[in-house]
Amino acid sequence: MKKLLGKITTHTILIMVCILSIFPFIWLISTSLKGGGENIFAYPPVMIPQDFTFENYVGVWRRVNLLGYFINSMIVAAGTVILNLILSSLAAYPLARMEFKGKKITFFAILATIMIPFQAIMLPVYLITIKLHLIDSVNNLAGYTGLIMPFAVSAFGIFLMRQAFLGIPREMEEAAIVDGCNVFQIFWRVLLPMVKPSLAVLAIFTFIGSWGEFLWPSIVLTKESLYTLPVGVNNLQGMFSSNWRYIAAGSIISIIPIIIFFLSMQKYFISGENEGAVKG
Amino acid sequence: MFKYYGKYAPYLFLLPAGLLLIVFFFIPFFQTVILSFQDYTNNIYAPVFAGLQNYTELFKNPIFYKVMLNTFIYLIVAVPVLAIVPLFLAVLLNQKIRGITLYKILIYLPVIVSIVVAAIAFKWLYADQGILNYIVTSLGFDSIGWLTDPNWALYSVIIVTIWKGIGYYMMIYLAALMSVPKELYEACDIDGANFLTKHLTVTVPQIMPTIALVVTISSISAMKVFAEIYVMTKGGPLNSSKTIVYYIYERAFENLDLGYASAMAVVLLGIVMVFSLINILCFERKKYQL
Repeated sequence: MKKLLGKITTHTILIMVCILSIFPFIWLISTSLKGGGENIFAYPPVMIPQDFTFENYVGVWRRVNLLGYFINSMIVAAGTVILNLILSSLAAYPLARMEFKGKKITFFAILATIMIPFQAIMLPVYLITIKLHLIDSVNNLAGYTGLIMPFAVSAFGIFLMRQAFLGIPREMEEAAIVDGCNVFQIFWRVLLPMVKPSLAVLAIFTFIGSWGEFLWPSIVLTKESLYTLPVGVNNLQGMFSSNWRYIAAGSIISIIPIIIFFLSMQKYFISGENEGAVKG
Repeated sequence: MFKYYGKYAPYLFLLPAGLLLIVFFFIPFFQTVILSFQDYTNNIYAPVFAGLQNYTELFKNPIFYKVMLNTFIYLIVAVPVLAIVPLFLAVLLNQKIRGITLYKILIYLPVIVSIVVAAIAFKWLYADQGILNYIVTSLGFDSIGWLTDPNWALYSVIIVTIWKGIGYYMMIYLAALMSVPKELYEACDIDGANFLTKHLTVTVPQIMPTIALVVTISSISAMKVFAEIYVMTKGGPLNSSKTIVYYIYERAFENLDLGYASAMAVVLLGIVMVFSLINILCFERKKYQL
């Protein structure tokens, strides 16, 4: 009896928390489906649209280049992920497997970058990016590159990959040396395939981080055609000042891709094995 | 094992990442410090050395104190909630119950969704004639200017940060709870301890390092909040929801007062680095294998 009561309490609390965590989205969806004939400020608020319509979705899709924002976000996220995978593994390999002069100092220098918040150094990063002509007023490619470069490698990624390399038995390399592989072949053909799980974790969490990034693109972007989703969605507020039906519809469209991504990769997020991997 | 690689191989492997870290972390780090001693207000292209002027101005500016106070309030409100509520939820989810995956997915959803959309969704809830004010007025209170009343704006924004962080910290706790030995709970059950005593005497002491980790990382991210404020209040009304990163952004990119903004950035750097150092040295040694 006591056990049953405990279970009911547990489920009640969890259901309430779940409602709280998705209610803001539900309310946004509800608003986005209400037609012009319905007062969205009605008291009491109405959850199920009475004047049900998809018009707001069609309207916002026609007037705003949401597909373009999505493509920009994809390009930036893909570029950031690929560079992170390559550069982090390249740097992690000698840190895990080689002895060289200055290893300790390199290690601590990389560790030190973890302590430097981007928000505190964003101004010089911006000035440097302009100096390198990596800005959208030069051309689109420069614009994308400028969005990617400051996040193309992270100490987090390097340490994650270093740990993965440390876990590989030495015999693997020894066998490869006997087979006559050179150092790059050992890295590329022998070691890298063995750390695929860590590469997957790094890819997924870098992707999420890049996809949601707002501060940096809102600093560097000047052209609407290069807006990423977060910047474009924030801009909806200015475009449709009080048309909450459009703002809601645009916001909902913008989160569909990442929700699909999350649901298909959910084991990486909620299995509890990769705790603390998303940047806070 | 003999050295199978050339003398320069390690450096070649480190070169690309090293170059990027130098250009986008180390140079900006030192440049921030240098900029903070320069004055850009007369001519943005020809800064002059200003000594400690930016710092003395900073410490004379009442808005700076307001911003620091707001950041401090952010910390003392958000951090305890983010340390305790996710732990409670993790304990509930660390049992064999039905629907566990669905619960986890739904609670984790806010973590995944862009902060911009989250902030917009809450802005809509907070609207003057919005659904939250409907609840408030139907309970017999006056409606609240969630984002327009200087007494409320900061807390309304903090709620969004908390709402978005709960699932993230819950997963960190869940991972830690898996390693608590089951026998400890069995002993408790024999003694007939209730839910609260059981977890206060077993769970909390067992996962103390994780609680401390959550406290430091949630503190660090509370000091870095920007998007919520930018999307919802722009720091207003009357600077009531302005925190340090937003003020740096405003001074640097809207007022083009580079020296002043950098002096503030140095203050932020100092505080965050202390927290990060504690974090790395005390709680994440294993992660970095120090």
